[in-house]
Amino acid sequence: MNKNVDELKQVASQVRRDIVRMVHGCQSGHPGGSLGCTDFLVALYFNIMKHDPDFKMDGIGEDLFFLSNGHISPVFYSVLAHSGYFDKAEMATFRKLNSRLQGHPTTHEHLPGVRIASGSLGQGLSVAIGAALAKKLNGDERLVFTLHGDGELQEGQIWEAAMFAPHNKVDNLISTVDVNGQQIDGPTAKILSLGDLHAKWTAFGWDVMTMNGNDMADVVKTLTEAKGRTGQGKPIMILMHTEMGAGVDFMMGSHKWHGVAPNDEQLAAALGQLEETLGDY
Amino acid sequence: MKKYTYTEKKDTRSGFGAGLLEAGKRNDKVVALCADLIGSLKMADFIKEFPERFIQTGIAEANMMGMAAGLTIGGKIPFTGTFANFSTGRVYDQIRQSIAYSDKNVKICASHAGLTLGEDGATHQILEDIGLMKMLPGMTVINPCDYNQTKAATIAIAEYEGPVYLRFGRPVVPIFTDADQKFEIGKAWMVNEGADVSIFATGHLVWEAIKAGEALAEMGIDAEIINIHTIKPLDAAAVLKSVAKTGCVVTAEEHNRLGGLGDSIAQLLAVNNPTPQEYVAVNDSFGESGTPEQLMEKYGLDAKHIVEAVQRVIKRKKTI
Repeated sequence: MNKNVDELKQVASQVRRDIVRMVHGCQSGHPGGSLGCTDFLVALYFNIMKHDPDFKMDGIGEDLFFLSNGHISPVFYSVLAHSGYFDKAEMATFRKLNSRLQGHPTTHEHLPGVRIASGSLGQGLSVAIGAALAKKLNGDERLVFTLHGDGELQEGQIWEAAMFAPHNKVDNLISTVDVNGQQIDGPTAKILSLGDLHAKWTAFGWDVMTMNGNDMADVVKTLTEAKGRTGQGKPIMILMHTEMGAGVDFMMGSHKWHGVAPNDEQLAAALGQLEETLGDY
Repeated sequence: MKKYTYTEKKDTRSGFGAGLLEAGKRNDKVVALCADLIGSLKMADFIKEFPERFIQTGIAEANMMGMAAGLTIGGKIPFTGTFANFSTGRVYDQIRQSIAYSDKNVKICASHAGLTLGEDGATHQILEDIGLMKMLPGMTVINPCDYNQTKAATIAIAEYEGPVYLRFGRPVVPIFTDADQKFEIGKAWMVNEGADVSIFATGHLVWEAIKAGEALAEMGIDAEIINIHTIKPLDAAAVLKSVAKTGCVVTAEEHNRLGGLGDSIAQLLAVNNPTPQEYVAVNDSFGESGTPEQLMEKYGLDAKHIVEAVQRVIKRKKTI
């Protein structure tokens, strides 16, 4: 299961193909953030986490992942499918009627691998803390991981959770923020500045790390190091710098591909930049 | 009219506290969360018995609801505790997405519901919570009538799989139901069989309905009184059976007339058996400061207003 960095890059290329094809297939969805977070999710599911695609909701004895910024569902679905949670062919149903692959992830359609609905932002950190507390009560030493968008940090509930976790020594939790500096209406610095995130999370009592989320070697190294820093009384926050749209040159460097689907020509151009490594769905 | 008496008055929130302790003893998966209102929610006995299974969240209700959802993933049965206002309106989206839509086994336990919270005034007196909660698909909504019933309901919801909204109150009220009752979710309780009018009451209004029934009996009106402790799922069979007999309805609740028990009954009857109905409920307004008794009188939620509603609705009865 534990793939090395080169193998992870191969998986990431296929996941990026899946993302643009899914979004193109329904002419809807969020490619930008999905592409930016691909390396992170691939590293988590194919190297860092202990998890079982024979899905059980309670996840006892497994590491758990909560996607709080649910709009980047394409990357989540692709990684789950390639991990074996469900058939890859089901990706073709993304955002279509009667699909388990809803626009935003949900447990309601019983899609294996999803443990909470997300989409309305700011809720996943609280859910993850609850799951982490349950692990402690159960004597389960596995970890809980989360991912959040940087724009999502504008939601107040995040800071309620940010205050709770260090106070209660929730040290089996590794959270990650996708710091791509973009949100729907423009750059975060222009819409509502997040300020010094390192200083903020540190001040709240978190053990804060940073990484380049589009450098697979750095992602694996940092997440591995983060696992080694759990159990020491502090929750861990990784500020992950990414490029929205990473892997597709014309989708990078702008908020414009946050929630826009490529047309046929753009799809072809994107796929031309991404090697088919595991076979398209 | 069947005779109901009481020897003691207690608050329904203390029934919750006693039920929570008992539920905790019966099942070690039961955990409790509270947003800085331990004393008001009567959670101290649970905390003393099971300190490791209690989570103080601070004044952060949104985070509390999310954490409760997360705790269920590890198999826990979380009971959240705060005032009804902060249990519903403040955290509606958290409940909607992380609990109801996510099918999580969270028990949302809400004290100080309605006007009888009293002197704190309208900021804290939520009168819209039943409506908010019953609109959520899959949510069970329970509003018990006295200490014993609240205790029994608390124990029952721990044994039920699925999200529940349990609503109770602040003031002391007569204890008139059995101490050893078994609470059946979704099963209406026949308080008094009658022939002339069906009074469907919930929460604190059940005792007022009993007092009204006694007054009506003296006037020669034979009222059927049914305690609808579970507003969702509604015991449709019990409602329709009663209405088929009496031909007119009064609903009584400590809630806005929009969206509460009365509307649930009206919707059922409109489809199945259109029937004259009068509401005893708050007439689409906020509350205000005052003693519980003053407020219940001013806003028309006491036995006297139930009697008047019965007199009005009987005049509207269809004559064949």
